[in-house]
Amino acid sequence: MTGSVDIGNVTLTYRGAGGDVLALKDTRLNVRRGEFAAVVGPSGCGKSSLMKLVTGLVSPDSGKIVIFGDKVRGPVKIAGMAFQNPNLLPWRKVINNVLLPLEIVEPHRRKFRREKAHYREQAEALLKTVGLEGFSERFPWELSGGMQQRVSLCRALIHQPALLMLDEPFAALDAFTREELWCVLRDLWQKLGFTVILVTHDLREATFLADNIHVMSARPGHIVMTKRIDLPRPRDLDICFQPQFTDIVHELRAKIAEVRKA
Amino acid sequence: MNTTMERLSPWLFTIGMFVLWELVCRIFKIDTFVLPAPSQIFQAIGQYWLPLGKNSFVTLWTTLAGFALAVAFGIVLGIIVGWSRTIYRGLYPVMIGFNSIPKVAVVPILIIWFGIGVVPAVLTAFLISFFPIVVNVATGLATMEPELEDVLRALGARKLDIMLKVGIPRTQPYLFGSLKIAITLAFVGAVMSETIGANSGLGHLMVQAGSNFQMPLVFACLIGLAVEGIAMYAVFAYVETYFTRWAFRSSMSAAA
Repeated sequence: MTGSVDIGNVTLTYRGAGGDVLALKDTRLNVRRGEFAAVVGPSGCGKSSLMKLVTGLVSPDSGKIVIFGDKVRGPVKIAGMAFQNPNLLPWRKVINNVLLPLEIVEPHRRKFRREKAHYREQAEALLKTVGLEGFSERFPWELSGGMQQRVSLCRALIHQPALLMLDEPFAALDAFTREELWCVLRDLWQKLGFTVILVTHDLREATFLADNIHVMSARPGHIVMTKRIDLPRPRDLDICFQPQFTDIVHELRAKIAEVRKA
Repeated sequence: MNTTMERLSPWLFTIGMFVLWELVCRIFKIDTFVLPAPSQIFQAIGQYWLPLGKNSFVTLWTTLAGFALAVAFGIVLGIIVGWSRTIYRGLYPVMIGFNSIPKVAVVPILIIWFGIGVVPAVLTAFLISFFPIVVNVATGLATMEPELEDVLRALGARKLDIMLKVGIPRTQPYLFGSLKIAITLAFVGAVMSETIGANSGLGHLMVQAGSNFQMPLVFACLIGLAVEGIAMYAVFAYVETYFTRWAFRSSMSAAA
């Protein structure tokens, strides 16, 4: 278990018609292998740019990104991604939505047709872990928003990525469903042991799930504070109502209010 | 009771319209040469069923041939246009310009090139109907969710993968939605060309009947056109719902 996700002094500018926008400036971030990291900050601070950088979809102006010892030069292929919108393909059944990455990513792509039965089993097992047993033959529109987001998580994890990138995955859900899915994600992470970078606005979500929380400043974004969360694991939802939990949330909240003003 | 009424209402309205028409012609004693009564028109249909049938068939197949060309060409061009923003921006003004040209103005050119016959009709049907297909296919591709593209690109997907797995299936409701518009346009194009220069087809028969002052036959041709138009629209409306049932159910209903 060596290596880490290492973002070193990264600067990123978007060139647009209305002039250049400096999205990230000298951003430094380190996530150990197997760690659950959360990135929080005011809106428009470049959190999504961070996602694109780490997955190799855009390259930085300066600085470098190293994932588990390999420098990122293009799409990384070892990452799974999920967003606020589940983005399922409405013409595919749940199971085929989950299998989609395997039709793309090597080495599964080559074996996909031959070993479809085997892959289906894997997908069914994964759906079972997120509580969607028996839903594989349904279409996405037959599922609730929370269930669709579970499918989206399965799709992000089906190729057993070493790194899971989440961009506000639970932001569009109601409070109860959201807390339910925190637990789903917590259990998946504890069972499968991947590394997570979770971008979120929700401080309780970050505190409940993460080992380390990185607070970003307003644009141009950079990390202004890293908070280690020492709450014991496995964490239960009840922890959200304990004083040490709320203290952390308050501290983060104060820091964000401060960077928003600056 | 209510549902049977609903099912019967299109028929009742059509019959009602003909009855009203008949009454107006009789009460006001309208000259056949101005507006023939439905009874006279149906009589003409009975009398000329053979030439009507033959010419309807010609119009039908020229329309379908032009439409088939438009579908093939429209899908290919739509995919090319939707492939990249640069091509989209480059080709769009040209296409808008081309589409703005009234196709009536093009028919004489086609007749000079290909002579009087079915070829100008097929080509007019094609020219007038490919545009909505191109636009819809291109729109379907261009409105692909960028995040979904990110998910796939991060996995190492090439542009072709993304098109095959997401872009092209996603375009289906847009494509099938455009077909029922395109078939009606193709029909208009074919008939228009037939009225200008052809030796068969309903448009041709109509012009001929008109110059012989056979107004009931002219109107019989019009009714033939209406029936054919409704039938073709109905076929493609059915094809649309059959192939893209998922789109009518899901949140992605932009094309519905």
